[in-house]
Amino acid sequence: MAIELKNVTFRVGAEKQIYNTSLALQPGEFNILLGETLSGKTTLMRLMAGLEKPTSGEIWANGNNVTGLAVQKRSVAMVYQFFINYPSFTVYDNIASPLKVAGMSKQEIDEKVRRFADLLKLTPELNRLPRELSGGQKQRTALARALVKGADLVLLDEPLANLDYKLREELRDELPKLFADTGATVVYATSEPLEALMLGGYTATLKEGRVVEFGKTASIYRRPATLESARVFSDPPINTATIVKQGKEANLGNVVSWDVPEKLTAQPDGEYHIALRPHHLLPAGAGVEVEGEVQIAEIGGSESIIRVKVDGNIWVSQTHGIHSFEYGEKASFYFNANECLYFDQDGKLIDL
Amino acid sequence: MTKTQNNKAWWLVVPVLLLVAFNAFIPLLTVVNYAFQETFGNNIFFWEGTTWFEQVLRSSRFHDSLIRQLIFTGMILAIEVPLGIGVALTMPRKGPWVSVCLVLMALPLLIPWNVVGAMWNIFALPEIGLLGHTLNSWGIDYNFTRQPVSAWMTTVIMDVWHWTSLIVLLCYAGLSSIPDDYYQAAHIDGASRWAIFRYIQLPKMKRVLTIAILLRFMDSFMIYTEPFVLTGGGPGNTTTFLSIDLVKVALGQFDLGPAAAMSLIYFLVVLLICWAFYTIMMRNEEQ
Amino acid sequence: MARIRFKNVRHAYPPPKGQEPVYALKEINQVWEDGGAYALLGPSGCGKTTLLNIISGLLTPSEGEILFDGVDVTSQSIAARQIAQVFQFPVVYDTMTVYDNLAFPLRNRKMNESLVKERVEQIADMLDLTTSLKKRAANLTADGKQKISLGRGLVRSDVNAILFDEPLTVIDPHLKWQLRSKLKELHQQIGMTMIYVTHDQVEALTFADKVVVMYDGTVVQVGTPVELFNHPKHTFVGYFIGSPGMNVIPCTVDNGQPVFAKNPLPIAQPVNKDLSGKLEVGVRPEFIDFADEGIPVNIEKVEDLGRYQVLTLKHEQETIKMVLNEDQTIPSENPKIQFNPEQTRVYCDGWVVEEAAHD
Repeated sequence: MAIELKNVTFRVGAEKQIYNTSLALQPGEFNILLGETLSGKTTLMRLMAGLEKPTSGEIWANGNNVTGLAVQKRSVAMVYQFFINYPSFTVYDNIASPLKVAGMSKQEIDEKVRRFADLLKLTPELNRLPRELSGGQKQRTALARALVKGADLVLLDEPLANLDYKLREELRDELPKLFADTGATVVYATSEPLEALMLGGYTATLKEGRVVEFGKTASIYRRPATLESARVFSDPPINTATIVKQGKEANLGNVVSWDVPEKLTAQPDGEYHIALRPHHLLPAGAGVEVEGEVQIAEIGGSESIIRVKVDGNIWVSQTHGIHSFEYGEKASFYFNANECLYFDQDGKLIDL
Repeated sequence: MTKTQNNKAWWLVVPVLLLVAFNAFIPLLTVVNYAFQETFGNNIFFWEGTTWFEQVLRSSRFHDSLIRQLIFTGMILAIEVPLGIGVALTMPRKGPWVSVCLVLMALPLLIPWNVVGAMWNIFALPEIGLLGHTLNSWGIDYNFTRQPVSAWMTTVIMDVWHWTSLIVLLCYAGLSSIPDDYYQAAHIDGASRWAIFRYIQLPKMKRVLTIAILLRFMDSFMIYTEPFVLTGGGPGNTTTFLSIDLVKVALGQFDLGPAAAMSLIYFLVVLLICWAFYTIMMRNEEQ
Repeated sequence: MARIRFKNVRHAYPPPKGQEPVYALKEINQVWEDGGAYALLGPSGCGKTTLLNIISGLLTPSEGEILFDGVDVTSQSIAARQIAQVFQFPVVYDTMTVYDNLAFPLRNRKMNESLVKERVEQIADMLDLTTSLKKRAANLTADGKQKISLGRGLVRSDVNAILFDEPLTVIDPHLKWQLRSKLKELHQQIGMTMIYVTHDQVEALTFADKVVVMYDGTVVQVGTPVELFNHPKHTFVGYFIGSPGMNVIPCTVDNGQPVFAKNPLPIAQPVNKDLSGKLEVGVRPEFIDFADEGIPVNIEKVEDLGRYQVLTLKHEQETIKMVLNEDQTIPSENPKIQFNPEQTRVYCDGWVVEEAAHD
């Protein structure tokens, strides 16, 4: 289904929850809404589903204006962060429920329920009640119910947030496969950048009720149009600083200077913002060298995450291997000037 | 979260509105009508303005029953609230005894008011009642039909017996909603039993306790059946509370005008006290 | 502060009538050093919460002893053990200010008010709570409340250990990161024994000096994050730690060397020749490279995760995951892979086969 929001705003009382938003989702694809809690992900989904009516603006589906059309009259399925199933129904009846409502024949229902239960590895659980299931199985049941309906628009509101880390990893791997053949437009809300990258598709970065940017997930990650978008799409937080450009040279405080890329040379002199992904700032190597004071070094199994104070900014270096530092130690870190993202004063990306 | 608007829903409220109109709003207006007029039957009315109100407010009879009422309500609240909290605190939180305790607690609430009055009347009879006879055999001079102190004591104890359960059940519901983590944290912090009550249990019970006190206040302020059956307002006028007095004026003497004025004043007093109490409690909440 | 020791600790919850007890904890023997940062890591139902409750004193184990600095505390109450705990859902005293919350454990112990003030201010400063000391605790955000919970443990000087029960569950993702670093920083500053329960490997690995991996009621491995990553003793550790987890593929052993679908896999040291049981070979996605010679594979999927790429490969029926850096290229024709011999290990019935080097 092609869903389009046209100049939609939404407010509750005096509080604006969604600022003027226009967004055309990619039909038949995974569309990810990425943003912190309260950035408006859930509200946008409720608007798309028809659970809320926009304060102003229109919502179009397949070329028809559906603003204000009740949710029952739309082909929509939704899965929530909390596992919502009918508590007194078995898994089988839970999955069958939307089909029964649609008035399908028993035989047809049985065939569909079994097919989707198989797909979601729920076959052994079909006769159990939700309270007898693990968290992962509960959410699989909810997903099966959304899938079996064959809805044109499937809304998934942080469906994996309450699952164990490893389960999340597995289910995240399966999800795109599950929806690949259905042709449904999927909207997936998440607050985790890595999850967005794993799911691929298209991503809208959200900040405080505004869509900052929408486009292919990988390209938004690599070339975010604004500094805001880069910040939303980074975990650990992206390293930022203000530099002063003079001719060919960029100066970061009194700490370090380097030659800017050629295209930036043509831009007027003055202040610019830079952003550098944590894994592009390394404790060893070549390129621009910055010295900083180490705040803390966290050592994971195969990588180290080092927080370092550079010219008053807290920067993060995320790197393979084990690098131990003492608290307050002065150390050098390196980055490649070409991996920096440069933004103008208004936070717009300078195309290089 | 916000709710979806659906204008059709308004039609579903209509039956309730009609019901409320017939059993509350229209009778209330009738009372208002009587309160400002004099009638001698035959639907002939004379405008009296605020005469009845002035008469009621000046009458010492009204003052006496209002004071009696305030003392009674104050006494039962002072007994029932701490007692209810205390019982709720000692009730088991898990295990098979929970349902047993809950049923036992609910029993007095299931008994009709007039039956409660009759039960206590028999129970307290000085000659044959278990309570009355026992007290007298211990040498305590007890007779609720003749002595004001006995009558008061019996009425108060009856109300405590009948209604403490309500406070217990509401407080128990409040206590059950406290996660175990809180108690564990308090143990870790070395908190005393009193500190646990003061800083964990009481704050978490505050909302239900507010409701419980409001309910008990309104109910006891309007108490009629039980003392009417038990003492009939006597001996003398010593247990004549507001509603008993009102019925005496309205039906005993058939002074409809003063009775109507009295009802309205009575109603406003209840409303005012409830509003004041609720506002104070909720203001604390917001701070 | 104390050294914590578990001696033959086992625990079973009371079973339904007529059934054998099922042990939620099967035989734990551990010594945890004073001042260490430990993480208990495992999936739901692995027994980590049971173990935590045994440490805190909420549960008495059905068998065995727990000792703090050599003193048997198995039957001691929660309060007597001098333990502090931060719960999954923040516990604060709603009606008190932040200051009073932090002072609460000290006032309960009848400490002099001027000492209380000094201590509270010091801890508030460490936790960046100084500006909110006068606020009511109920008005703070979830991460602020968790800091208060932690602070109530830190103000006391008599605490043996601080326990954390999945403390970041209700914290916003972008704040999780900050709070996690704060915990680590505090541990480095004050060196108190900290025990952190979680199912999240990232939290466990970044927080702890020693990670205790639990699976099905037993401790499968205790080690530093690096040990767990480089030398998983059990296939479960390999799978659970690392994202994606270790590849575990069936193999046979021929002359001390593992063979996978007729492809001999070089390993650093030959293993014992006569092994009985289910044999598998484990290698992490990070330790697989493309090579001219090796196992031929089909590339099923390439995921671009920004910093690195995850490749899903197939050889016959077996799926193998592989991790490449963002700038590494993928061969277009007849891709072949090789496992790093130093990082390839044979597992028998799930447990690593130690190299038969010394006979």
